[in-house]
Amino acid sequence: MRQGEISLVGLLALFSLYLIWKSTELPIGYIRGQGPGGGFWPFWLALGMLLSCLASAWKWWRTQSPASRSDEPFMDAFGWRTLLYVGGSVIAFVGLISIVSMYGAVAVFLLYYLRFLGRHSWFLTLAISLSLPIGLFFFFEAVMLISMPQGLSFTQPAFDLMYDIIY
Amino acid sequence: MEVMSFLADGILLALEPINLALIIAGVTVGLFIGAMPGLGSVNGVAILLPITFLVPPNSAIIFLAAIYYGAMYGGAISSVTLGIPGASTAVATTFDGRPLALQGRASLALVTAALASFVGGTVATVLFTLFAPVLASTALSFGPPEIFALMLLAFATFVGLGGDDIPKTVFSICLGLVLAAVGFDTISGEPRMVLFEIDGFMRGIGFIVLAIGVYGIGEMLWTIEQTRGEVTTTNPKMTAKGMMSDAKEAAQRGWKGTAIGSLIGFFVGILPAAGATPGSLMSYGVAKMLSKTPEEYGKGSPDGVAAPESANNSASTGSMLPMLTLGIPGSPTTAILLGGMVIWGLTPGPRLFIDQSEFVWGLIGSFYISNIAALVINLAFIPLFVWMLRMPFTILAPLIFVLSIVGGFAASRSIHDLWLIVIFGLSAFFLRKFDYPLAPAVLAIVLGPIAEPTLRQSLLLSSGDPMIFLTRPIAGPITVIAIILILLPAVKLLRRKKTFAKN
Repeated sequence: MRQGEISLVGLLALFSLYLIWKSTELPIGYIRGQGPGGGFWPFWLALGMLLSCLASAWKWWRTQSPASRSDEPFMDAFGWRTLLYVGGSVIAFVGLISIVSMYGAVAVFLLYYLRFLGRHSWFLTLAISLSLPIGLFFFFEAVMLISMPQGLSFTQPAFDLMYDIIY
Repeated sequence: MEVMSFLADGILLALEPINLALIIAGVTVGLFIGAMPGLGSVNGVAILLPITFLVPPNSAIIFLAAIYYGAMYGGAISSVTLGIPGASTAVATTFDGRPLALQGRASLALVTAALASFVGGTVATVLFTLFAPVLASTALSFGPPEIFALMLLAFATFVGLGGDDIPKTVFSICLGLVLAAVGFDTISGEPRMVLFEIDGFMRGIGFIVLAIGVYGIGEMLWTIEQTRGEVTTTNPKMTAKGMMSDAKEAAQRGWKGTAIGSLIGFFVGILPAAGATPGSLMSYGVAKMLSKTPEEYGKGSPDGVAAPESANNSASTGSMLPMLTLGIPGSPTTAILLGGMVIWGLTPGPRLFIDQSEFVWGLIGSFYISNIAALVINLAFIPLFVWMLRMPFTILAPLIFVLSIVGGFAASRSIHDLWLIVIFGLSAFFLRKFDYPLAPAVLAIVLGPIAEPTLRQSLLLSSGDPMIFLTRPIAGPITVIAIILILLPAVKLLRRKKTFAKN
């Protein structure tokens, strides 16, 4: 944990430096007749981020934060597996939206999560994985009039069928 | 006495069968829209605005105001049951509502939210009835320095919200404010902080994107990792007797937060640029500061649910005041209501109370009726919402992920924002591991778009002299209180060090 904390502080300090540099693309000082420039607000805030990173590093050096006193590993095998299986499936879910449509991605994600991570029966898995996307379709497309991404062209026949029902 | 007679006529108008039916329908629709992450009162009011052309203007505004009320009640539901704030107004409700749900006390959290919302809405309606014209003119005396001082006060309360690690809290606040600055500079119109030159950032970063990332994805990953996937904390039982006992407990342990939220919410709500979100946040901060047991906040304090919930309902009523009396909308939802009024042929402004008194008093009367309807309907649906928590976590977790992604898209209609949600979620997971408080970042991204322009306008007014925040009669005391609050943790630390050195 101790090494992890200072690594994170270092990364955040680098990000703060990037934001400071980025904010200087617009004037950061006072412009007569116009007030503070467009970069004024983000510049001082990013500087505030950098200073708070330095303060965190100082606290780490003095072993004042709980993580800086801990010899435990940052994450055990279960933690990394969770991140890979659950976090990875959420990334795949968002990636699939442009291919199999929002509703298709919801169905695939639920199928994977309920069956393979949750170890639920096929009956329950299929019942939820199919009914929820259909319910969401009617809620968003028919009631709220919000169109969700439809993916590649091969999903079109399914959408045509559903639109025939609601219109 | 004249006011009472107008009010009686207004209530009678609101109780006409068509208006009563519209109130019940509006509150129910609003409750469910508000409970859906990513959708809030603004979506409900905007989508249903065209339907209102089928009924007279009196009934139309009553219907839309009922949706507004219902959505304010509904925002608490996803905050408590899913841990995702349905709207920015319900962010502060998550702080104590979610811990209560994880302790198996979701019913107490929801009952407290419903009762506090009812009291907040009613107190605000009474204040509205009695002092509408006077308060409208007071609100007008709030210029950019006063509004910025108010924002500074809100940020000062964040420092208290973040626990002991002040640098991490300050980092979180600054990060939220910088993220709010991404997109375009609102004054010069130039692109600003377009991170890594990705065009998607030109649209800015919405509050909901960060909130869903932090609470919907990051918090869930953290919960699964911490509990080894075996979340056994929720076993809520719902009975009529249980709800009665929850109501009694909510009244005993949440009255103080309710009182604070009702008053602060109303006064912040009537300010044209503020609204329900700063109102609910400030009420939470003030309730925590005034509490005898501030350490209970963030761990499941009923007062911590009552303060923001009473405040957001109180503020939503308050925000109608500048809309009706001055024609200035206090929130996006009231802006749509204002548009509706113009389409119906009404002119909001000081003459509205004289020229269209039946319309105005019908609306005020409907506030009272909507509040009662919202309380009854909300309490009736609590068993349904609590039932959701009885689901095995391996079903609830994927449903929360799905609602986060789908709700995130519904709010922004952008795949770029969905990727941001995932990035924020994963980052939140790592930051949380090292005790970075993330609530201040979420609240800062909400308040950033109010704070920055008011600061720049104030400095323009004073030719760059920051003393403007200390020398104006309203802004001065607010700024001083904010500075004291910011310095308070440092004073506490010094005192602790002194005591330690003595011992």
